[in-house]
Amino acid sequence: MSPERSDLPGGLSSWRRTMNVVALAGAWLCAAIVILPLALIVWHLLARGVPGLNLAFFTHMPKPVGESGGGMANAIVGTLILVAIGAVIAVPIGVGAGVWLAEYGRGRFAAMVRYTADVLAGVPSIVVGVVAYGLVVVPMHRFSAMAGGVALSILMLPTIVRATEEVVLLVPRSYREAALALGAPRWRAIQEIVIPSASAGIVTAIVLAIARAAGETAPLLFTALNNRFWSLRLDQPMASLPAFIYDYAKAPYEDWNRQAWTAALTLLFVVAILSGILRLSLRRSHGGR
Amino acid sequence: MEASSATKRALGASSVPWSEARRSRMPWDAAYRYLLGTFALFVFVVAALIVYECARGASPAVLAYGWRFLLNTDWDPVAEHFGALPYMFGTAMSSGLALIFAVPLGLGTAVFLAELAPKRVGTVVAFVIELLASIPSIVYGIWGFFVLAPFLRSAVEPWLGTHLGFIPLFQGFPFGIGMLNAGIVLAIMILPTIVSLTRELLLATPRSLLEASLALGSTRAEAIAIVLDSARPGILGAIILALGRALGETMAVTMVIGNTNRISASLFAPGATMSSVIANELTEATSALHQGSLVEIALVLFLLTLLVNAAGRLLVLWATGGRRDVAGAV
Repeated sequence: MSPERSDLPGGLSSWRRTMNVVALAGAWLCAAIVILPLALIVWHLLARGVPGLNLAFFTHMPKPVGESGGGMANAIVGTLILVAIGAVIAVPIGVGAGVWLAEYGRGRFAAMVRYTADVLAGVPSIVVGVVAYGLVVVPMHRFSAMAGGVALSILMLPTIVRATEEVVLLVPRSYREAALALGAPRWRAIQEIVIPSASAGIVTAIVLAIARAAGETAPLLFTALNNRFWSLRLDQPMASLPAFIYDYAKAPYEDWNRQAWTAALTLLFVVAILSGILRLSLRRSHGGR
Repeated sequence: MEASSATKRALGASSVPWSEARRSRMPWDAAYRYLLGTFALFVFVVAALIVYECARGASPAVLAYGWRFLLNTDWDPVAEHFGALPYMFGTAMSSGLALIFAVPLGLGTAVFLAELAPKRVGTVVAFVIELLASIPSIVYGIWGFFVLAPFLRSAVEPWLGTHLGFIPLFQGFPFGIGMLNAGIVLAIMILPTIVSLTRELLLATPRSLLEASLALGSTRAEAIAIVLDSARPGILGAIILALGRALGETMAVTMVIGNTNRISASLFAPGATMSSVIANELTEATSALHQGSLVEIALVLFLLTLLVNAAGRLLVLWATGGRRDVAGAV
């Protein structure tokens, strides 16, 4: 028997009431603190990035060291090219594997593919960069846009595989049965009924993967490297926005630091806004919470 | 829809929406099936390539040092002495610090989102946290470098030094750049993982638990504590998954940690992590041994995150009864 608590009849002890208020207030406070960094980051990006935002930033080339002004046209185009290379490699493989998992994926092999995709999603991006360096840069004896694209494709792959599987599984079974009942072979049912029905979701998954890859820096450091000049050649080093932000932020020039902020703002705008909206629409189309 | 297919899978029923009767009656079907299967095989190939490439690249260092590589503390490219201990220490310390900051805040926020928030507020907060998850690492880095570091240097670290300076953690010159900065930035980066997974787990616990607790006379907070307790294994999994993200994080940490090869007890001191040393040195490594040492660090990092992620994923999967939409949300 434990000694009796001093609970008064007809009410909670004041200790329990206080703890209740403290705990609930603590949860509210936590949420407020978690929002704070985002607010601060966005605020600082706007405050320091907007002053450098002008047409020249998007259309001009970087100026030589010591001259102020100039822009990052090559880095913007470079990021687009690198991401495009990554997508060209990752999209067919990822969508194919995702559809296979959804339509035929049972048994041990499928479970292993699923698990491997999950594992790949957790591989640090720097490790992917090291692998692309060993696989592409070392044999070619030079840094290249191709190597950067390969690294980004490895990062995109797991997202595309898993999201494609999810959305293809959402296509109602009756669609498949209707197609089969009309005499279509299974492959045509998948190719012409199932995949088009899921296409909105698949496109969302691809754009999500692209948005994430566009912001990756670590794997580009020793694959695509960086390039201060205009280059569209895939076997040469290529500029990218993240690499420029890194270089310009470390540089001891005020003007470069300012441009780094503007570039970060541009990158954030493209990546976060895009994927934020997509995540919302994805969730809505799932009909989830 | 989501829930029903997940349940089916959890019960071991076929998730494949086809009957087997028509199998292999049409030659094109088999061809199509194998074509898609080849793409699935590619996922394997990519994973195998990562393992192979890391192992091959690391071999010079593995042959030269063996296990001692993990315990050596000197890193001297000129004299060709390499040891990973300072970097492993840096990774452990920065990630541990991030967990200390992020776990209480994350759990509190998840409770707020799942149990307390008015609907509209909850939607806004959840959206903001999704945004946090999608901010590129380099943007966190530039913010930590230009905004957080001066603030720590001029305000936080001197204050901690004067008031808590008797603890070794808070001794030394306030650089602003260092472990504390890296820990804070990492904490911000792993918060979304903790919050969104924990929130899903809390929403997945039966409401009857909360209601029964309230009916027995618990206060709101006590009832929530019961729910939290029942979700404990899954929450542990969520925290481990967040740790996995912190371990491998590169750019933000590289920009704010200071990059010196030193083991220091102070939170103010600069350091380096396994990922930051790779980012800094791989393009400049000329000797085979230097490069091999860096790739071996990558290999160790890869195996470490593999282990951590597998453990976290298993816990979350187990706690949610196989709902991949939760376990895969990382």
